[in-house]
Amino acid sequence: MSPPQIELRGVQVRYPGDVWALRGVDLAVGRGEFVAIVGLSGAGKSTLLRTVNRLVEPTAGTVWFEGEDLTAASPARLMEVRQQIGMIFQTFNLVKRSSVFRNVLAGRVGRVSTWRALLGLFSRTDLEVAFDALRKLEIHDKAFVRADALSGGQQQRVGIARALAQEPKVILADEPVASLDPPTSHMVMRDLRRINQEGITVLINLHFIDLAREYAQRIVGLRQGQVVYDGPAEAVDDATFEQIYGRALRADDFRGAAG
Amino acid sequence: MKTRAILAGVAAGGLYAWSAAAIGVSPRVLWEGLPNFFALLGDMFPPNWAVLPVLVEPIVQTLQMALVGTTQGALLAVPLILLASRNVARQAWLYYAARGLLNLLRTIPELLYAAILVAVVGIGPFAGILALTVFSMAVIAKLTSESLEAIDPGPLEALEAAGANRLKTVRYAVVPQVLPTYLSYTLFVFEINVRVSFILGLVGAGGIGQVLLTALNLFRYQSALAIIVVTLGAVVLIDTLSVRVRQRLV
Repeated sequence: MSPPQIELRGVQVRYPGDVWALRGVDLAVGRGEFVAIVGLSGAGKSTLLRTVNRLVEPTAGTVWFEGEDLTAASPARLMEVRQQIGMIFQTFNLVKRSSVFRNVLAGRVGRVSTWRALLGLFSRTDLEVAFDALRKLEIHDKAFVRADALSGGQQQRVGIARALAQEPKVILADEPVASLDPPTSHMVMRDLRRINQEGITVLINLHFIDLAREYAQRIVGLRQGQVVYDGPAEAVDDATFEQIYGRALRADDFRGAAG
Repeated sequence: MKTRAILAGVAAGGLYAWSAAAIGVSPRVLWEGLPNFFALLGDMFPPNWAVLPVLVEPIVQTLQMALVGTTQGALLAVPLILLASRNVARQAWLYYAARGLLNLLRTIPELLYAAILVAVVGIGPFAGILALTVFSMAVIAKLTSESLEAIDPGPLEALEAAGANRLKTVRYAVVPQVLPTYLSYTLFVFEINVRVSFILGLVGAGGIGQVLLTALNLFRYQSALAIIVVTLGAVVLIDTLSVRVRQRLV
């Protein structure tokens, strides 16, 4: 078996005030996998995702990306690795008053030298890659509209396009559909599945059971900062989720059908 | 609670009575001075419009002082804005140093800067421009850094996650969010500076204020009134224009 693309070994994260977010997580993700991390809010999903690109520094343990110990990487090296890892967010994290295209172009900034970036001098390739990303998500006709003029689903697609503009090997998605309605949620999930089928590894935080089961290949259950389940999505049933959540399932654990 | 309020009221009243008595505030003095006021007003009429051509140059000079002072201050404010914002500045000591400097600079009134700088670089518009620069820098940096601390942190996180360094993050996540506010505050400070630069002449820092001071010292009250009217017109005109532009910005 080839070595995993992403590997967490004994990762702990403790926030000031003795608040434990992760209590020793071991996780290995192979190239091209579509992995959903599920768990209640507060279980440590967001923290786990952010240790992968070191937006959150582990208090103990190591994080490996393609055979390299990221926890030992220099700041400059870390920035290079981050360029290969796209990230999308629950609240989209777009600059609301900038145009859609400007926002997507921000995904190229890591590859551009600092002085060129400051002057806004992007190469032809940068512009083309950014525009292609928009076209792939079918929002290129909105390229020069202000980001906050778009609907939530469209804004999340801009967020995905920004991540794709990085030409990433991995996409980290932190609750990308939590602020969207059911039909739009399925649209965004299908976008992510399509991207995954093109060979990009997808690691996604979800708290909707039905979405995790429908779109992910593998499900990792997190409870109080520990991995309590790890297995293929087909093998998971309601009882497994009740075990992960530590309580009976409720209606709001499901996103619902596309309608 | 109630007794405390009464005590505070009595204390405030006592302090007022004590200060007013010491300084000699009395309605009678004001009343007895009124004839002098009307006499002065009478001396001022009719305004001496013949001085108008001579006023053009000092008025333009005054506006130039405000323009140069505001521009220099706005540019010098940029690094201070970034250092004085907790969500951008990484080093705590730099943040506190920048904050401290801004608070210190802001407590000193422009007129005091001008008076000190006149002593340093001599009488004339240069002292005025320096005073306006320092004042503008402090006010723009203070106000803008406060808005900067309230911007949406999401884009900063996104840029950092995409492998952008600090400068790139500022350029693509911070600048677009804060630029309209920065420009708006710069115009606001320009409005203040136009008014202040008219007065700066009174401490010898050049411009129309200095012309007014001379006229008053030579008892040329009719010319003084013409100067005051023209100054007032110019201030109102610039204020109106600037407010319009600012409304469009944000």
